[in-house]
Amino acid sequence: MIPLSWFLILAAALFSIGLYGVLARRNAVAILMGIELMLNAVNLNLVAFWRYVAPGSIAGQAFAVMVFAVAASEAAVGLALILSIYRQRSTVAAEEINLLKW
Amino acid sequence: MTPELLTWLIPLPPILAFAVIVLLTHRSNRLSHTLAVGAMFVSWGLAMTVFWAAITTPELGQRPFASSIDWLPSGVEALRIGILIDPLSAITLFFVAWTCLAIFVYSIGYHNYGKPRDPADRAGLPPHKGGIEPMYARFFAFISLFAFGMLTLVISDNLLLLFVGWEIMGLCSYLLIGFWYGKDSAKKAMVKAFITTRVGDVFMLLGIAYLYSATGTLNYREILFNEEVLHSLAEAPSGVLGMSAAGLIGLLLFLGTVGKSAQWPLHVWLPDAMEGPTPVSAMIHAATMVSAGVYFAVRFFPLLTAGWAEGEPLTVTMRVVAFIGAFTALFASTIALAQRDIKRVLAYSTISQLGYMVAAVGIGAYVAAAFHLVTHAFFKALLFLGSGSVIHGMQHGLAASSKNAAQAMPGREGPAGVHEAHAHVDAQDMFNMGGLRRKMPRTFVTFVIGGFALAGFPLLTAGFWSKDEILADAFTNGHLAVFLTLAAAALLTAFYTMRQITLTFLGEPRTEAARHAHESTATMTVPLLVLAVFSVAAGWVGIPESWTGGRVPNWFHSFVGGTLLEHPPAAPFHWAPLLTSVGVSLGGLLLGWLVYRRVAAGAPDPARKPLGFVYTVLERKYGFDEFYDWAFVRPAYWFAETFSYLWIDRGVIDGILHAVARIALRLGSIFRNYFDKPVVNGLMGDGTASVVKWAGRQLRAVQTGRVQQYLIAGLIVTGILLSYVLVVRP
Repeated sequence: MIPLSWFLILAAALFSIGLYGVLARRNAVAILMGIELMLNAVNLNLVAFWRYVAPGSIAGQAFAVMVFAVAASEAAVGLALILSIYRQRSTVAAEEINLLKW
Repeated sequence: MTPELLTWLIPLPPILAFAVIVLLTHRSNRLSHTLAVGAMFVSWGLAMTVFWAAITTPELGQRPFASSIDWLPSGVEALRIGILIDPLSAITLFFVAWTCLAIFVYSIGYHNYGKPRDPADRAGLPPHKGGIEPMYARFFAFISLFAFGMLTLVISDNLLLLFVGWEIMGLCSYLLIGFWYGKDSAKKAMVKAFITTRVGDVFMLLGIAYLYSATGTLNYREILFNEEVLHSLAEAPSGVLGMSAAGLIGLLLFLGTVGKSAQWPLHVWLPDAMEGPTPVSAMIHAATMVSAGVYFAVRFFPLLTAGWAEGEPLTVTMRVVAFIGAFTALFASTIALAQRDIKRVLAYSTISQLGYMVAAVGIGAYVAAAFHLVTHAFFKALLFLGSGSVIHGMQHGLAASSKNAAQAMPGREGPAGVHEAHAHVDAQDMFNMGGLRRKMPRTFVTFVIGGFALAGFPLLTAGFWSKDEILADAFTNGHLAVFLTLAAAALLTAFYTMRQITLTFLGEPRTEAARHAHESTATMTVPLLVLAVFSVAAGWVGIPESWTGGRVPNWFHSFVGGTLLEHPPAAPFHWAPLLTSVGVSLGGLLLGWLVYRRVAAGAPDPARKPLGFVYTVLERKYGFDEFYDWAFVRPAYWFAETFSYLWIDRGVIDGILHAVARIALRLGSIFRNYFDKPVVNGLMGDGTASVVKWAGRQLRAVQTGRVQQYLIAGLIVTGILLSYVLVVRP
């Protein structure tokens, strides 16, 4: 059986790629994709820990499902916002969305 | 209606007339004088009714008409005001009502009612060409108030109400003396009259206060008709010069009389009061104000003479009163000798006659003083109104003669030159008159009657009986000094009266104005006739019984004597005073006629040469005006201007204020420069603000608005915290 650490290393790598995407990308859609990566990295962790540490409990799976739902709705709202901004200002670059800045 | 109720009503009509004229009807001359004269007429009717009730009441002195109400609550007791008609106030009421009414009616003619208003006349100046007085309605308002003051004073039953009336008259005399306020002399005279009488009033008020604190009441009957109170006042020491309380109070109250009745040394205001219109002079000098002073002295006779009984030597207070009265009588009559102004002669004669009455009070001749008060009021009112008529006639003559002269030679001199020539003719100077008996017969006859009454022409006139009674009293009670002084004054009185009559009415006219003078209107002459009747008849009520052998009772003596607790005995008959008074009267009149019967136009006073320096002194009135000016007026001005204003006010008080202000300014600027500006503004205000501003500027860089940067910052901080928790702590 694959040891737990492999899952954890994979999840950490995914999270870091996602974090990098969030911090370094200018495109708002790319940032959203980074967030999605990070969420899924967490899901991987949750499922891995459930299987290896407490297989009798359902909490890990339930948590993962919950995160899917949240991630889906987050993506829906986020994309809708980005679409709306794009219609208004013809850009999706994060630093150019500065209407509320002083 | 009861006499008490009627008495309450007596002073009301004039005050109502005053209020209505001032507030409503002052634009209508006709309505105003109708109101004033009508109100006075109602008062007169009420006064006569009360007077009749009084003289028909037996033993009025024991049971006077009296009623009173609570007025001013003061502590436990309340000051009461009320009315009192005893014999003294009844006879005073009689002559006040008659003279006031006569003066009111006379004023209508005097102020040229019915003539058109001369457009050249200005309010505050006498009309100069016979037009109607510009402030006609105001005059009637003022004399109505004046009459109210006097009537209130007379019917009052206590000192407080008397003082109220007294001061109302003081105010009215001020207003009326300065009625023609456009004249500088009138302005000065009004202030002089007011302030001089004020000096007396202050002492009088002190006397009232002392009396109230000593007895607890100001009611006449409770003080003056009460043996116990008088006795205890006479026994109590006052602590001043060894006088009794009664003596000191009497003296203080008497000083009020000195001021109001113009006795020496406060006599100076009265001659100057001639600046007012002539009816006012009559009002002040005869009917009301100065009579009020003597009335007051007579009223307080029991207090003035407390501790004295008939036939005993006089008390200190009485000596002072007698001295001032007798001295004033002689002193004023000498000044009257050298006056040229017809009204001024009468003014000094008033002072002199008032001195008579005061002297009579001083020697204990109660009834004689009251008698002379009554007769004097009538003949002096007559003389003043007569002189007013003369002046009026002269002014008309002046206007007429200047018109004639201008018409006679129109081209050569021109009206301006004529006007110049006539401007110097003084309508009041007796030396500009002469021969007026033909032009003004009614005025002449009445004036002679008044003058003879003043001179005490034997048997016929009222003045003889009253003056004789004073002289007889002084002689038989052994006050020889007073007797001789008064006899000398009587001689001088007869002399200057005849001088006045001769210069004014007899001989030939000395100026064009006198030649063109004419008789005054009926509203002026009818009051003269009425007063002339009284100037003769008022004496008949007081003929001594010794003259008629007791067949005709001396009504006045028994009536007025009833005011006192004990009826004063009538002076026994003696030939010496009778001969003296007849002698001085006739002698003075004859001498006056002899000296003045042939005075040519423009000639000096024939008495100037024989009297020499003395005449100048008399003409200057012994220099009392100058002396008071030097001794009181100038120091007062100096005190006000230099001491109070320059030194105290400008120097000390303003100096202190300025110093305080300067210190405050200095302190303020120190605080401002060394605390407010650097500490409060710089450090706390601007300092805080600039620190915040600087911090804001510095921190602004952090807020890039870029979410990724925030996240990086958050990541770094989280990393640090995690490494702290995981690495450092365990």
